Amino acid sequence: MKKTLNILAIFLLIASSVSAQRYITKNGYIRFFSSTPVEDIKAHNRQVQAALDSESGELVFKVLMKSFSFKKALMQEHFNEKFIESHKYPNSNFKGKIVNLDEINFKKDGEYPAKVEGKLTIHGVTQAIEEEGTITVKNDTAHAESQFRITVADYDIEIPSTVRKNIAKEVEVTVDCKLKKRKQ
Amino acid sequence: MRLHKKLMLLPLIIFITPMASGQDDLMGMLDDNEPETEYAYATFKTTRVISGHSVESPSYGVLQFIVSHHFGRINQGLYNFFGLDQATIRLGLHYGITDRLAIGIGRSSYQKTLDGYVKYKFLRQSSGKKNMPVTVSYFAASDINTLRWQKPERDNLFSSRVSYVHQLLIARKFNNKLSLQLSPSLVHKNLVESSDDSNDIISTGIGGRYKITNSLSINAEYFHVFTESAAEKSENALAIGVDLETGGHVFQLHLTNAQPMFERGFITETQGKWSNGDIYFGFNINRVFTIQKPKEFKE
Repeated sequence: MKKTLNILAIFLLIASSVSAQRYITKNGYIRFFSSTPVEDIKAHNRQVQAALDSESGELVFKVLMKSFSFKKALMQEHFNEKFIESHKYPNSNFKGKIVNLDEINFKKDGEYPAKVEGKLTIHGVTQAIEEEGTITVKNDTAHAESQFRITVADYDIEIPSTVRKNIAKEVEVTVDCKLKKRKQ
Repeated sequence: MRLHKKLMLLPLIIFITPMASGQDDLMGMLDDNEPETEYAYATFKTTRVISGHSVESPSYGVLQFIVSHHFGRINQGLYNFFGLDQATIRLGLHYGITDRLAIGIGRSSYQKTLDGYVKYKFLRQSSGKKNMPVTVSYFAASDINTLRWQKPERDNLFSSRVSYVHQLLIARKFNNKLSLQLSPSLVHKNLVESSDDSNDIISTGIGGRYKITNSLSINAEYFHVFTESAAEKSENALAIGVDLETGGHVFQLHLTNAQPMFERGFITETQGKWSNGDIYFGFNINRVFTIQKPKEFKE
C-alpha cells in the first residue's frame, strides 16, 4: 500500500509538471542604454533566453553577458573585464512571476499589460524588482516587452573614476522577447 | 491511522512541489546541454607587451595611435638630468581590417626608421565546445633605415636599408590576472657589417603580465638572441613595466636597456647593459579610435 502511494505521488508530480503550458525563446533581445552629457552608450544582446509558464505565471530570463555588443570594441572589453566581470559572473538572470496573471488570457490574441516582480541577479548581486510591461499574445507566441531602469551601484558594479562621467548611474533596460509555445 | 496521515500529506506534496521546483525547471529549460565555445579575450591590455608585440590587435574598424618614447640612459647623471634631456621616439598607427587581421606603420627617430607590418591572429584560445590552449598570431614586418648614406659617393643599394622580421606570437591567458607569451623571432638584415655576421638572426621573446587591479598590470619582457654573431655584438633586451588603463587610453611605463622601439632594433641592436645602469625610462601611450562601427550600430 505504502509503495503504491509513493508511486502514485511520483506519478502525480510528473503529470502536474508536464501539464504546465510553457513558452520559451533562446534569441530574445535586451538592450541597455546609458546616457550622460559626455556620451551615450548602447549595447545590444540578441541571444537572451527566456521562459514563461502561463499556468503559474512564472517568468525567467537568462542573459549571457559576453553577448552584449557595443559600438566600440574597447567598451565591450571593459564591460566584460572590468565592470561586469564576465569571467566571474557570466550570466545575469531574473526569476519572477507575473502578478496579474488573471488579467492575461494566453488563449486569446491581444495585448495585455503585465506586472512582474521577482529577483534580478547581475554581477552576482540579487535585488528584488517590480516592473511593468506588456505581453502580446498572438497564436502561439507571447511577446514580452518592457522598459525599466536599474541603478548600477545596486549591483556592486564599480565604475573607475576615469570613466565615471561617461557612464550613467542609472541605465535604461529594454526587453523585447518573443516566446514561442513549447510543443508538448 | 498512519496511512491516513500519509494520505493527507499526499495532496500537499503534490501541490507544493511543483510550485517550489517549477521555477528551477523553467530555468533548467534554458540551460543548454551543448557547451558553447568560450574565447579568451583581453590576454593583454594592448597590442604590445612592452616594446614587442602581443597577440592582441585592434578589433575590426579600430585605429590605434601609439606614441612610444624612450628617454636617455639613467646613468648619464645630473648633467643630462638622468636621461630625461634626451628622447627617442616612435609614432605608430595600427588598424584592424578584421578582428583577426591588422596592419600598421611607424616612424622611429632611431636611425630615422620607417616600419610597416601585418599581424594575423590565426588561433584563438578557447574552452568549451572547442578547446585551444593558446592564442597564436603571426607578425611580419619590414623596416627601412632612412638615414643619409654615410658614403654617398659609393654605389649604395636601396635594398641594403631594408630588414625583415617574422614572429610567431604564442600566448596563453592562464586566468584573469596572468598571461604569458612566447615570441620566436627571425630577423633578416639585407646588409650586415661584415661577412662574418649572419644575415638571419634567430631569437625568442618571453613576456607576460600580471594584473594587480582591473586597470593596472605589471609587465615584463625579455628577448634572447641565439645567433652567435649577433649575440656577440648586442645585449639581450630586458624590460619591466606597468600597464595603466584609463577609459580609451593605455599608458605603458617601463624601464629597459633597449633604445629602439621596433623589432629589428630592440632584438638585435640593444647596446645597454642593465648591470652598467644603461637603463632607459620609457612610455607608450595607446589611444584607440573607432573608425568603422559594427553593423548593428550603423544608422
